[in-house]
Amino acid sequence: MDAEASPPKPQRAFGAETLRSVEALVVPVGSVLASALLFSVFLLVLGKDPVQFFQLLWKGGFGTSFSIQNTLQRSAPIILTGLAFAVPATIGLTMIGAEGPLVIGGFAAAAAAIPLVTIGAPTSVLLALMAAAAMAAGALLIMLVGWLRHARSVNETISSLLLTYIAIATMNFFVEGALRDPSSQNKPSTLPIGKDNMIGSIPGTDVHWGLAAGVILAVLIGLLLRRTTFGFAARVTGGNPHAALAQGLPVGGLILACTAISGAVAGLAGFFEVAAIHGQANASLVAGYGFTGILVSFLARHNPFVVVPIAIIFGAIDASGGLIQRRMDLPDATSALLQGLIFITLLASETLLGRFRMFQPVEAR
Amino acid sequence: MASGVETVLIAMLGGAIRVSTPYLFVALGETITEKSGRINLGLEGNLVLGAMVAYATSFHSGLPWLGVLAAFGSGLVLGLIHGAVCSLPKVNDIAVGIAMMTFGIGIAFFLGKPYIQPQAPRLEGLPLGNWATNPALKQALLINPLFFLGIAIAVVLWWAFANTRPGLILRTTGDSEASARALGVNPIKVRILATVLGGGLAGVGGAFLSLSYPGSWNEGLSSGQGLMAVALVIFARWHPLRCVVAALLFGAAGALGPALQSVGISQGYYFFNAAPYILTLFIMIASARSGATQHQAPGELSIVK
Amino acid sequence: MPNFDFKRRDFLRTGAAGLAAGALPLSLAKQAKAAGDLTIGVIYVGPKDDFGWNQAHAVAMDILKGVEGVTVVEEESVPETDACAKSMESMINLDGAGLILGTSFGYYIPFMQDLAAKYPEVVFRHAAPLWSDADPANAGSYFCYLNQAHYVDGVAAGLSSPTGKIGFVAAKPIPSVLSNINSVLLGARSVNPDATVQVIFTGDWSMPVREAEAANALVDAGCDVLTCHVDGPKVVIETAEARGVKSCGHNASQAPLAPNGFITGAEYKWETIYKMYADMLATGEPLPNIVVGGYHNDMVQNTTYGAGATPEAIAAADAAIAALKAGEPIFTGTLKDNLGNVVIDKAYDNYDPHLDGMDYLLEGVIGSIT
Repeated sequence: MDAEASPPKPQRAFGAETLRSVEALVVPVGSVLASALLFSVFLLVLGKDPVQFFQLLWKGGFGTSFSIQNTLQRSAPIILTGLAFAVPATIGLTMIGAEGPLVIGGFAAAAAAIPLVTIGAPTSVLLALMAAAAMAAGALLIMLVGWLRHARSVNETISSLLLTYIAIATMNFFVEGALRDPSSQNKPSTLPIGKDNMIGSIPGTDVHWGLAAGVILAVLIGLLLRRTTFGFAARVTGGNPHAALAQGLPVGGLILACTAISGAVAGLAGFFEVAAIHGQANASLVAGYGFTGILVSFLARHNPFVVVPIAIIFGAIDASGGLIQRRMDLPDATSALLQGLIFITLLASETLLGRFRMFQPVEAR
Repeated sequence: MASGVETVLIAMLGGAIRVSTPYLFVALGETITEKSGRINLGLEGNLVLGAMVAYATSFHSGLPWLGVLAAFGSGLVLGLIHGAVCSLPKVNDIAVGIAMMTFGIGIAFFLGKPYIQPQAPRLEGLPLGNWATNPALKQALLINPLFFLGIAIAVVLWWAFANTRPGLILRTTGDSEASARALGVNPIKVRILATVLGGGLAGVGGAFLSLSYPGSWNEGLSSGQGLMAVALVIFARWHPLRCVVAALLFGAAGALGPALQSVGISQGYYFFNAAPYILTLFIMIASARSGATQHQAPGELSIVK
Repeated sequence: MPNFDFKRRDFLRTGAAGLAAGALPLSLAKQAKAAGDLTIGVIYVGPKDDFGWNQAHAVAMDILKGVEGVTVVEEESVPETDACAKSMESMINLDGAGLILGTSFGYYIPFMQDLAAKYPEVVFRHAAPLWSDADPANAGSYFCYLNQAHYVDGVAAGLSSPTGKIGFVAAKPIPSVLSNINSVLLGARSVNPDATVQVIFTGDWSMPVREAEAANALVDAGCDVLTCHVDGPKVVIETAEARGVKSCGHNASQAPLAPNGFITGAEYKWETIYKMYADMLATGEPLPNIVVGGYHNDMVQNTTYGAGATPEAIAAADAAIAALKAGEPIFTGTLKDNLGNVVIDKAYDNYDPHLDGMDYLLEGVIGSIT
């Protein structure tokens, strides 16, 4: 594959920027194709038809208007958790737990709703306050992680993981205890906010508003991190914290700000789970979106703009997984296997970036 | 209430021994890997795959120790994939670890379906408590040899890191790639070896889960123990003996919830069940000194840079 | 759980003939008759071969697969989130499913309720007694009252246990679990008035390590019979056997796991319901909105007695089964919870909806639900 063997023609009409974007597209697409090939071999060994598999993958992910909406709805929470990982990653923090702020955010939203629903607050006020509670709870949790890291040198990876377990225990404690709706019976839950108060779908679709929130936040956070002084400072700190300190950057404040954004975004994902899907908080909030977000962010190389398409690809694999199970009689673990394979090849393919001479600008050769 | 306290203490002792072993193996494996300057977050995959492979091997061969060996082998293979992929330039080890976790769990679940129902021969424990009259104490002291093997490995690692040439090479590679090269060492080779070995140990931890305690294979078997054990390595600040302490503490705390309920303290059992996480967090906060972790961390390790 | 008690009693009174009571969706009948091209979509919350709840359903589902002209499509490990709604919709939109069976409690509210309203031409059936008159007519429920078989477990355990101390490893303090715990106690007390049941909650449906810890803690506390209500009972039964105490199973037969100590176990007979559905589909009859049952209509059973059951225990358990088949109530007389409040003050029918909301542990159960 190395371009040394066959030198390309020196003339090229494209600028360096365009070439890099083409490369950034060609390499991952190539690696997805490579993993598809690997997976096909695996299917053939099992005596299954790879062509049918990929047809179903397409049909279930994008093939019909229902499939597209299914994919988009499933991508909504992981856009948000992907962003929740990407922001602290920019400043050099590796958080394992967007699951924690998501769960605690969803729980806070449902808990805040209880008195408001009881007094009959108008829907808009109710939803606004629920969202605020969710974002505040998520932000506080992850700011604690950031503060512990900055002030006490407590490693953020481990503390965020521990706090995830503690957050889940906290929600379960209240949902099965003091805040349990007595009529929730075999699925202990908080008091429902009521169908009329729930956030509906984006008009003309079946997809809830969490998707729109994810896309808007991706753009806003992208601009914040790539086009502002704040973002520049965060990226400098992420690149070299000692140099950042030496230059007098307010590292502590930057960490707190980034962790606050991260926690708030994940908390908002929890808010949408409650306000758009469950209508109440219960153990189903722990669905693993926080962990999926980590991979989404890495595959997007922590670029908020890229988080959106990557999350949609994740959503498509998820959406078609069921169809594949049903039509091909493959067990549930097939999806996990395929995802693992694709991610490993995609991540491995990063090594190829910048290695093809045909994608280098002429003057650099 | 005196007997209640005794019951809880004995349960925590038993729990420390029974529950800690998988954490210990994963944590020691990860210590080796991280000492080389790499992090493998995917050991949960090795643990789960190891559990499945060990169980299946024991079921088919009737030889549980062959199962342990097979689990070690499966861990080596996953470790090799991680080690090799991360040796390519620009590839991020944390992300590959998480992908490997998905992959390892995926294979284990995919191939493990037929082994959920059958019973496989288990590893026998050593009855070290026959002198005791208290049956609970006797049970707590029925100890699997893998527990002692884990402690022995910890002691050997502790000694080897400080006193042997391979130990020196490993530490040097982890602290500074440039110094390693100056020693005439190929850091890539060292890291691949360290990841392979670490992966193998995590596989043995899985064998303990399926063949000793709780001694059964199903998809909920690990529920995140491998991920937590990787985190415990940071808690133990890359010291093999502190890994032993951390694993024992975590195991004992894990036994707390059920034990308290058995003596009638059941209010807030969710928090008692979360005791290992709460305790670990508090110890970390209390023992954190500014820069201590950074100081003891391998210099090339991405996660603490 | 308001509103539908009337209907349920109606069903009980009339037996099988009354099954067709309630609002009847017509399209399913039409579909099945029209050259029998019905597709049934089934979703499970965990793997189909979990040796527990999901496997009990999946095995029984074979009966529906055998009906001519019926195709069954299945999806496992579907979480109780919008993912389950999307899976069902995908079955409807992409597979053309005309009947959806949801086998996990959390699928119904809000997901199956909403979808039933959105797709009136599709029939939805859910495995928990949740359907009420207020719900769409094309939705419905089916359920087996396993606590009856646990009552029999209690009877057998009460006479097989030297000390009368029974240990119970439970996932969560929810009504269906509490009902099983209380039934074990009442069964045991019916033959041994001093019997107790000690319970430990693990907090989750599948936590093998914690289940083993709980089982060990119960044995250490002096229990000599263990039983459980978790997704996969294998670990508890095996731990009991290894510790040399007796055991009672749950969900499916665990008899082979404990050759020395197994007494009996509580098993679902979902196949009775699925067989009934299959017969009705074959003849084009509409499915009833509610089917519930237990011993009296062959919807639960006890595992064949193992080596741990004493002869007296077997005799008493057989007698208890006969009584349940005759409709004798389990919850009867004046019963207090273990905090001293009177919770039962009359004989409740074994299917009385009042019992569906059980939120207490009876006096004699050691443990707390808060």
